[in-house]
Amino acid sequence: MRGSTDDMMRLPIFVLGAGVSGAMAGGRLRDQVPIARNFLFGVFEWFGELGLFCVRLIRAALTPPYEFGELLRQCDAIGSKSLPLVALAGAATGVVLSLQTRDSLTRFGAKAFLPAVIVFSIIKESGPIITGLIVSGRVGAGIGAELGSMKVTEQIDAMEASAVDPYKFLVATRVAACILMLPLLTVASNFCGIFMGWVANTLSEPISLRLFFEDGFKNMEFTDYIPPILKTAVFGLTIGIVSCFQGIRTSGGTEGVGRSATSSVVLSSLFVILADVILVRLILMIWG
Amino acid sequence: MDLQKAFGEQKVLKGISLEVRRGETVAVLGRSGGGKSVLLKLIIGLQTPDGGSIQIADKEITQLDENQLNEVRKRVGFLFQQAALYDSLTVEDNVAFPLTRHTKMSSAERNNRAHELLADVGMDRDLGKMPSEISGGMQKRVGLARALALDPEIILFDEPTAGLDPITAAEIGDLIVNLKRKRKMSALVVTHDVHGANAYSDRMVLLHEGNIAAEGTFDDLQGSQDEFVKQFFSYGSR
Repeated sequence: MRGSTDDMMRLPIFVLGAGVSGAMAGGRLRDQVPIARNFLFGVFEWFGELGLFCVRLIRAALTPPYEFGELLRQCDAIGSKSLPLVALAGAATGVVLSLQTRDSLTRFGAKAFLPAVIVFSIIKESGPIITGLIVSGRVGAGIGAELGSMKVTEQIDAMEASAVDPYKFLVATRVAACILMLPLLTVASNFCGIFMGWVANTLSEPISLRLFFEDGFKNMEFTDYIPPILKTAVFGLTIGIVSCFQGIRTSGGTEGVGRSATSSVVLSSLFVILADVILVRLILMIWG
Repeated sequence: MDLQKAFGEQKVLKGISLEVRRGETVAVLGRSGGGKSVLLKLIIGLQTPDGGSIQIADKEITQLDENQLNEVRKRVGFLFQQAALYDSLTVEDNVAFPLTRHTKMSSAERNNRAHELLADVGMDRDLGKMPSEISGGMQKRVGLARALALDPEIILFDEPTAGLDPITAAEIGDLIVNLKRKRKMSALVVTHDVHGANAYSDRMVLLHEGNIAAEGTFDDLQGSQDEFVKQFFSYGSR
């Protein structure tokens, strides 16, 4: 099963390789069949194990006693410690968006819409997805490596032997902290992005912060603001579950820990992007 | 009884039957990869046997649900091979961890209890250190203090002296002897160290190819005519 994540990450290479070699030599295509079969088995096995993991996680999360102390510690590790990076990424997005959009809007004579374009694009998409991807990189790798290291050094076994459920103490707290912290981090990222968008705009053509905010938020409604923020709670759930799952099933010593950290980042980023596509569609269907 | 465990095609335990009486210390010897550590993990419920039964104080472990199993685990201490200390917690917090989770002690009571346990293993001067700041032998002492935190009736040792210098190994051996004398608990010790085991165990069991090759006192096993037992004890004496 260890190879299944690697198999998943090899998918594009395999598809490309199968296409080229299949076109060149039909005989060699036959050789690819067992690889494809193993890959499919690996994918199904991975999702099956993930399902069992989620069942155990839900059971652990819903039954007392609740680990509030550890939850607070994880909120600090995941939330407060990610804040500088998320704020910086948000600020950079705001600056770049302001510089790029200003040029484009000027060409079309729509420069007056610049505040609204910055505010709408940051709040509705750039802020949430950038926060999701930054957190999946920083937190996903951290959780994958930490739980992986605990697994290979038997710390998780020691916890279980002490009659403490590691799903309750380690997994549920991290997943809950990710769900709670992602929306808050997104709000911070959005604020930094919009503020720095104003700063970049003001350096080219001075405008008061109040006017910038008034123009930007003039046509924004409650339903434009809340769904994208709540969407990030699903990103948090995805990052928490995938990285805890990858961490807790680590095997193979320090090499395995490295593999878990990498696969946590790759898979959680991938699932955040997929979740974003689905959620944007859902939000548009529900709120238009 | 009749404990079986396989990993894929490899049968690690082929029907082991072993009894540890109250207050008795039994050493389980055998070659590396012979299923000794697996035996301990089956007893504490970290792994599930393919066949057979495990009874701790009249409770059939294989039939228990998670909550019932946790109640039994509170009565069993486990010292892991590499001590398995939580590396994000200090020495003191590692020992207090089971107390925090399973007792209603106040913070001061927990700290006092942790100090007492650490003093018993000679580690009361390193309370605030992190596991990465202490040596392997010291980690084992702290692991032992943590295993004793809930006053277990049974304690399982997985290679308590492996990887330690002879002096530290002897000190850990002395700690096991003192524990036996002071707390009168049952102990199952998995080890390669034949002479160390002789110092602290009442009885020895030698595993070979998933079965019990020999059982008895050190003298019984040393006098055995079985080829594997003779070979194991002759290499173990070097």
